[in-house]
Amino acid sequence: MAEFINSMIGQEGATFGYVVAALVHCVLLLHVVAVGALIFIWLERKVSGRIQDRLGPTRVGGKFGWLQTLADGIKLLAKEDVTPDGADQMLFKLAPYISFAASFAAFLALPFADGWVANNINSAVFFVLAVLGLEVFGVILAGYASGSKWSLFGAMREAAQVVSYEIPLGLCVVVPVFLAGTMNLVTIGNMQAGWFSNWFLLHDPFTFCVFWIFFTCATASVNRAPFDLAEAESELVAGFHTEYSGLRWSFFFMAEYGSMFLVSGLGVILFFGGWNGPVPIMHIIGWADSGGLTGYLANLAGCVNFMLKATVGVTVMMWIRWTLPRLRIDQVITTCLKYCVPLASACFIGAVGWEVLDIWSPNHLHLGAAPAHTVNEKWATAPRGLPDAIEPLMPESEQHSKDGLLPESEQPAPEQAETAGVSQPARTSLLSASSQQEESP
Amino acid sequence: MKKQRKKKRTRNRTNNHLPTRTPWDPNPRQTMLTMLATTTVSMYLAVGAVMFVVGVVCMATKRNALGVLMGIELVLNGANINFIAFGSQYLRPDSLGLDGQLIALFVIVLAAAEAAVALAIALNFYNNHTSIDVDRAEELKG
Amino acid sequence: MINLLAANWGDFYFILFAGIACIFAVAVLLTSNVVRMAFYLIISLGATAGLFFLAGAEFVGAMQLMIYVGGTLVLLIFGVMLTAQSRFISMKTHPRDWLLAVIVGGSLLMLLLTAAFRVPDWHNEKHAQDAASQLEMADSKTATPLGLALTGVRVDKIDQGDEQLKEGMSGYLLPFVIVSIHLLVVLIGAAYMARAKRAVRVSQDEETEEEEANPEQDE
Repeated sequence: MAEFINSMIGQEGATFGYVVAALVHCVLLLHVVAVGALIFIWLERKVSGRIQDRLGPTRVGGKFGWLQTLADGIKLLAKEDVTPDGADQMLFKLAPYISFAASFAAFLALPFADGWVANNINSAVFFVLAVLGLEVFGVILAGYASGSKWSLFGAMREAAQVVSYEIPLGLCVVVPVFLAGTMNLVTIGNMQAGWFSNWFLLHDPFTFCVFWIFFTCATASVNRAPFDLAEAESELVAGFHTEYSGLRWSFFFMAEYGSMFLVSGLGVILFFGGWNGPVPIMHIIGWADSGGLTGYLANLAGCVNFMLKATVGVTVMMWIRWTLPRLRIDQVITTCLKYCVPLASACFIGAVGWEVLDIWSPNHLHLGAAPAHTVNEKWATAPRGLPDAIEPLMPESEQHSKDGLLPESEQPAPEQAETAGVSQPARTSLLSASSQQEESP
Repeated sequence: MKKQRKKKRTRNRTNNHLPTRTPWDPNPRQTMLTMLATTTVSMYLAVGAVMFVVGVVCMATKRNALGVLMGIELVLNGANINFIAFGSQYLRPDSLGLDGQLIALFVIVLAAAEAAVALAIALNFYNNHTSIDVDRAEELKG
Repeated sequence: MINLLAANWGDFYFILFAGIACIFAVAVLLTSNVVRMAFYLIISLGATAGLFFLAGAEFVGAMQLMIYVGGTLVLLIFGVMLTAQSRFISMKTHPRDWLLAVIVGGSLLMLLLTAAFRVPDWHNEKHAQDAASQLEMADSKTATPLGLALTGVRVDKIDQGDEQLKEGMSGYLLPFVIVSIHLLVVLIGAAYMARAKRAVRVSQDEETEEEEANPEQDE
């Protein structure tokens, strides 16, 4: 989009198109987060109602009450703006926006379909984890600036919890990154195209375990029950957002549901194939990897698929919340340091061993579309001036499970091979076209 | 009809007769006008210098031990900006490359480690003296 | 307004991030409330991470956000809250100290700025203005080469033309291992130093000796 706008301006070296493209992406993502929060709050009330043997909202907007959240939002907007007297005014007012900004910024690197990402950062996984860790600032500042003991306690507990759970979260996330060989989320998603046997979840039993540990750590990271003592209703009134009302409180909630959707989406991309369904319908029809309208529709179906999977993840989080009792803070930290970290480390060693020893995995079958989306850095294929001890090691890490069974519909790849003037039968990539063209063997 | 003005002949003022060994800019006034046009390494260095100096003044003037620690963080960040600027491919064709980024990476890690230790020392001090004021830390003085 | 479309928006973002970093760094200096100091520092370091992204070091920028802002500053804020006696504690510096610090700082700043703008190679705009090539390069992929350099293999050696420079490009395995052991030592040391001790009551000499001995018996 940016190049299109740039060419429309007609001046050489124009960069305004990038600004416009960035704004459009931001607005779209803002809609995703806000409307997503709307839907998830309604879903939570329905799910919690059903679990507790009652109906949930049924009046606003027809039989299912799906406009209830909108009505609540309007009510919150109209509430009086109250700030406590002993509060640090500036920090009190800023805290919800920091939380929301951190939650929203991580969406910038999250792909919804092949190439449908606001910013295709090459180290996207790392970026998402880094920005998720910034959400804790909003909580700490809210707790401190409220000027009340209960808020401060809640904030401290939550900060300790989030920071502690970043460790096993990082360990769990490293396993699919290692299997894929890249931190680029679009590449990781594309590698799992085809039938569900291509999903990293089914690569080896260790990765299967790692997903459950990831889910636990992600739930703790976004402060959902059973790890939600920061907002424990029965203990601390409402924890760090006790003193917040009206729109500011709703920002905290949007941040929370946004983060839930984000970690759910991250887990879906890393383990469940992202936008590639269990059944590769688009590949069977032949719409995938084709240009024009059918390609767009295939990507759209992928996006819908991704959102459905992430919503299932969020629903499971809600289900757990209303089923399990809450953990104490010392139990939370115990779970992190004594259970999650050793388990994650052991599974990491197991998964690495599985991959290094080249033990068979369902991923090697490449059922469905071919995952010939190699991680093709130019230094891996160009003639190397590297010391001899390193040379034999380098190709092997790239060859495993990545040689192409090129499907018939993969048209762009042979074109790139021709234009680059390089004949590489197996190493083609739909994504890293630029790195291919720069090769000079 | 307008007469074409003859172009005034000026003396050919070049410095070609001077040895060109010095790396300093021979024509600072002219470059001053044009060098603020685009982002260059110098502008990154200026930002790094400002952060460094602000950190130094912070270290020198704050009485709160944690304020001094924040000054240290600012100093290290200023140095990091310098390293990244020298290692950036967008700013110079012959840059330091990965070396600049790797050094900045190590500086970040070491700064985090040093902040942890400094904080532990500050907390210890607070536990023993119930005050975080560095001006009170004069038991070993003299 | 005419130049809005033709302006180089990369420069605008540089000025934005640089301005935020510098202004909030000065705000850290000028404010006397410790919690606000920490908050301004967070914003300043976040803007620095933005500068790193602009300069093409996206991995280091993400590391800055994760380690510095997400780790070190959380630690700092915890420390701030544990040591703040009254809610908004403030300790004033003598104006004489301020004057001396500003003089020294100002002269250092002048020196650094002069040095930064004197070397012509550092403000050579011919390369910086080539926006077209800049946009091509903008797909920065430094994560894998950085990771490989940390394990000792410099894959960007292939692109290096100059033989002497090529020889100087070494792997970073030894510093990597040293830093990991360093972190382990710091972890143990800081955890030991900041362990919970019973507060020393300065009443009588025998009592203080007893109470000081007790924490060491704890563990």
